[in-house]
Amino acid sequence: MAFFKKSPWLLHYDASSCNGCDIEVLACLTPIYDVERFGIVNTGNPKHADILLITGAVNVQNEEIVRNLYGQMPDPKVVVAAGACAMSGGVFQDSYNVLGGIDKVIPVDVYVPGCAVRPEAIIDGVVQSLAILERKAAELKRRGGSGEPEKPS
Amino acid sequence: MGQRTIIPFGPQHPVLPEPIHLDLVMEDEKVVEAIPSIGFIHRGLEKMAEKKDFQEMAYIAERICGICSFIHSMGYCQAIEALLKLEIPKRAEYLRVIWSEMSRIHSHLLWLGLTADAFGFESLFMHSWRVREKLLDLIEETSGGRVIFGVCKVGGVRRDVDAETLRRALEALAALEAEYREIAGVFSRDASVKRRMTGIGVLPKEDARALGAVGPTLRGSGVAWDARRLQYAVYGELDWAPITEEAGDCQARCLVRIREIFQSFDLIRQAAGKISDGPVAVKVPGNPRGEYFARLEQPRGEVVYYVKGNGTKNLQRFRVRTPTFANLPPLLKILQGCELSDVPVIVLTIDPCISCAER
Repeated sequence: MAFFKKSPWLLHYDASSCNGCDIEVLACLTPIYDVERFGIVNTGNPKHADILLITGAVNVQNEEIVRNLYGQMPDPKVVVAAGACAMSGGVFQDSYNVLGGIDKVIPVDVYVPGCAVRPEAIIDGVVQSLAILERKAAELKRRGGSGEPEKPS
Repeated sequence: MGQRTIIPFGPQHPVLPEPIHLDLVMEDEKVVEAIPSIGFIHRGLEKMAEKKDFQEMAYIAERICGICSFIHSMGYCQAIEALLKLEIPKRAEYLRVIWSEMSRIHSHLLWLGLTADAFGFESLFMHSWRVREKLLDLIEETSGGRVIFGVCKVGGVRRDVDAETLRRALEALAALEAEYREIAGVFSRDASVKRRMTGIGVLPKEDARALGAVGPTLRGSGVAWDARRLQYAVYGELDWAPITEEAGDCQARCLVRIREIFQSFDLIRQAAGKISDGPVAVKVPGNPRGEYFARLEQPRGEVVYYVKGNGTKNLQRFRVRTPTFANLPPLLKILQGCELSDVPVIVLTIDPCISCAER
């Protein structure tokens, strides 16, 4: 369970964003920014992921998918909301079918501002989330958990 | 005939940067039918026109899609300017053309990278995106934004580019073109790339016309239509012709985009050579009244903007027909009868932009 921050795996999902933030997330993986040198791998499988990096304002149809992805990730896990839309709905806040922010659906640990969010900011947000991930891992260990959700008493 | 199975593809899938769901009806390894379900990125953007005033909408229109961002705001502004009968300064027109060609190069490079990733050529993906980063630096230097430019407004552009910056940008573009030439060579000559794309997903010319394909999907099937031929902005003053390929397969669509990048480099050079001094914006008089269709060429194909104003600051109706939406029927046609392992490459060759299509 130790040393999460040495190689966190990341799941990226576009929850009704305009693509601007998503291509910046992808840009983080490519040569100029290259987060893979820190051991961060972009995985397609929520069951392998430690960090959920999520963009967009979340519309009604996406709500269930976001909840599913979050539910399928094993504990400990952190959620990084990247971009203005993911924080509050951004320019789409007034729109009729967006919920306006990831935290309306699942708990968010780190908010990264920007429209579109810059790759440097994304990397900074992910690095901050690593500390939270370590803390959550330690908490889980103290409780003697194995990654299973706690049984209701 | 084998038993039919349905394989769900998406909405969350490693090859898809954006959520779309396809139910692939399979017979053994062959796809018999592809049934799409969409709506994951619908943000109700067109209805926002009722809440935001028409000048603010230029920035919201830009956020239809983060990849072809600039041309969306340009198209919206052109439509509003036509309603207001507003003559915008020549310099602004030229700057718009330079930025829209930069955005075309950036979009096509992004596409080349994603396609390389889809057929498992990861180093080519990295190289395409490495070159693209340098272009993003130029976009940032001239416009201030990396993916969302935010420079287009009703009546012109928000920023001027001084002669020195433009000269340095042109130098950098020349260096970039040389680097890009190497990558383009891999796409057009490498044997493993050819094997994944040649003869795969063929869209015959008649089908491309009948199903209303647009952009590189149409030109890859040998139809020489490019909405820039309508000579909006200053495209009429530049020397160019639509690029076509005859084969209609994935390779042809890829080659069209590869050659279009070279063409865009050339168009930027031509525009930068002809640009004249002057103001970059004019004052906006009153509110739009009446209706107008603006047609532009996005990196993905022809896009149509419809605006209807009633003399108030809010538009009555704003409607966008995006190229991806027009390219979905051809895509579903190509997917019929293909191998399951070719699905990611074929889906990518129409360059789907779901957030454009759903808004």
